[in-house]
Amino acid sequence: MDAVGAGPVRPVERVVEDAAAYLYVWALKDIPQDLRDALGAARERETSVPGRRVLDTIVRNVEVADREDNLVCQDTGIAVYYCRVGEGFPLHPARIYEALRRGTERATVEHPLRSNTVHTLTRQNTGPNVGYRVPIVHWEFVTGRDDLDVKCVPKGSGSENMSFLRMCVPADGVAGIKRFVLDSIVGAGGKPCPPGIVGVGIGGTADYAMHLAKEAIARPIGTRNPDPEVARLEDDLYGLLNETGIGPMGLGGDVTVLQCHVEHADTHMTLNPVAVNYQCWAARRASAHVTADGDVRYDRDA
Amino acid sequence: MADYRLTFPTDEQHVRDLRAGDSIVVDGHIVGIRDRTQIRMFDEGRRPHMDLRGALLLHTAPNVRPLGNGRYEKLCIGTTTSARMVRFTEGLGIDYGVRAICGKGGLPDEAIEPMRRLGMVYLAIVGGAAALETTQIEEIEAVEWEDLMPECLWLFRVRDFGPLTVGIDAHGTSLYHDVQAEARRRLEALYDRL
Repeated sequence: MDAVGAGPVRPVERVVEDAAAYLYVWALKDIPQDLRDALGAARERETSVPGRRVLDTIVRNVEVADREDNLVCQDTGIAVYYCRVGEGFPLHPARIYEALRRGTERATVEHPLRSNTVHTLTRQNTGPNVGYRVPIVHWEFVTGRDDLDVKCVPKGSGSENMSFLRMCVPADGVAGIKRFVLDSIVGAGGKPCPPGIVGVGIGGTADYAMHLAKEAIARPIGTRNPDPEVARLEDDLYGLLNETGIGPMGLGGDVTVLQCHVEHADTHMTLNPVAVNYQCWAARRASAHVTADGDVRYDRDA
Repeated sequence: MADYRLTFPTDEQHVRDLRAGDSIVVDGHIVGIRDRTQIRMFDEGRRPHMDLRGALLLHTAPNVRPLGNGRYEKLCIGTTTSARMVRFTEGLGIDYGVRAICGKGGLPDEAIEPMRRLGMVYLAIVGGAAALETTQIEEIEAVEWEDLMPECLWLFRVRDFGPLTVGIDAHGTSLYHDVQAEARRRLEALYDRL
């Protein structure tokens, strides 16, 4: 046991660890129903021959993963978790982090899963999908609640490599935002495994815009931003991106993206940041709700 | 757009028959390879024992379970983004006689000319469709450079591998180039509607 953070593992901490181990593998094997529906609809809509071939293979692959109890995609990704912690939850976030880390490690060793995490300079593998600051955990703290929501979003590198940031100027306006998103997705071509979810983060600061873009890809597919102005931008971008003709796996076709999700924050009067984070068609996510008593409910839809 | 079935390793003539957009299903043996494998071959100048003449290379780093004595059981085998490895294309053809590269996302335009000149093709697989791909790989028959795990050289015996799409043929046509050119043309019109 590490010298720092040593101490007895409390039952609720063990519950969170078990949940993380379960969520990581579950996310990798069983993609959500909203995504399955979107892929099926894409196959119906696609008219290009290579595009239909790709979408047929994707749908067949999801069926094989179910039947063989195998991973949908071989890239077990970098483990990313989103935690919403109630102020009354009986486990400190420092202990939640340790539990998520151990759960990730256990899932990797026990399944076993491919270990992807390396030191960013030496490129030496750091072990079972954990390392310095890995897994990556995003936190939200809420008042008036005593429970924990945790969502596991294993992020594949093919799509993560297609991430883009531009500090537009205010005079670029909404048109500048749209143009940057279009240029980014056309430039990415087939590399991020289209058709997927384009996550766009606007406003805030440079780092926060990218954070929002990643939050956008973790939403259930086709959900809309509650702000009607932002929802309209989502609709516009979804339509425009599918007019580019990039198509499934970049081989040309009608379906370039399954959806475009936008998250926003207010920003400085001088700033207009735009971040794009791509989620491949294998948009894996899995969620659990943990009560203060340590009861767990797994959620396929969140 | 024709449908082909081809056994690898193969020869130049079979590869030159293929045209961009054709569908192909592969049987026989293919070789798994990735970034670090090729860095060793070309940047560090080391030559593997594995014979790559006529080979179809697959851009992969498989999930495997070690069985001891250099044997590995397949768990989940899928394909990675090819573009990172484009600079090795010509060397693979000239130094090793490779005939086909299978990966996802395509190769940039700099691959077109060497592939035309040397008689090589790029075969597009569906990225992320690893569950299916794993069932089409019958066995891992050999592994070389295990110290690069999982970026070793892997010899896979395959059956009904695909369907793959010919993304770049040996006649100078690249679907990726054509799709990009068309998308850039469409963008000019889209900009006016923003």
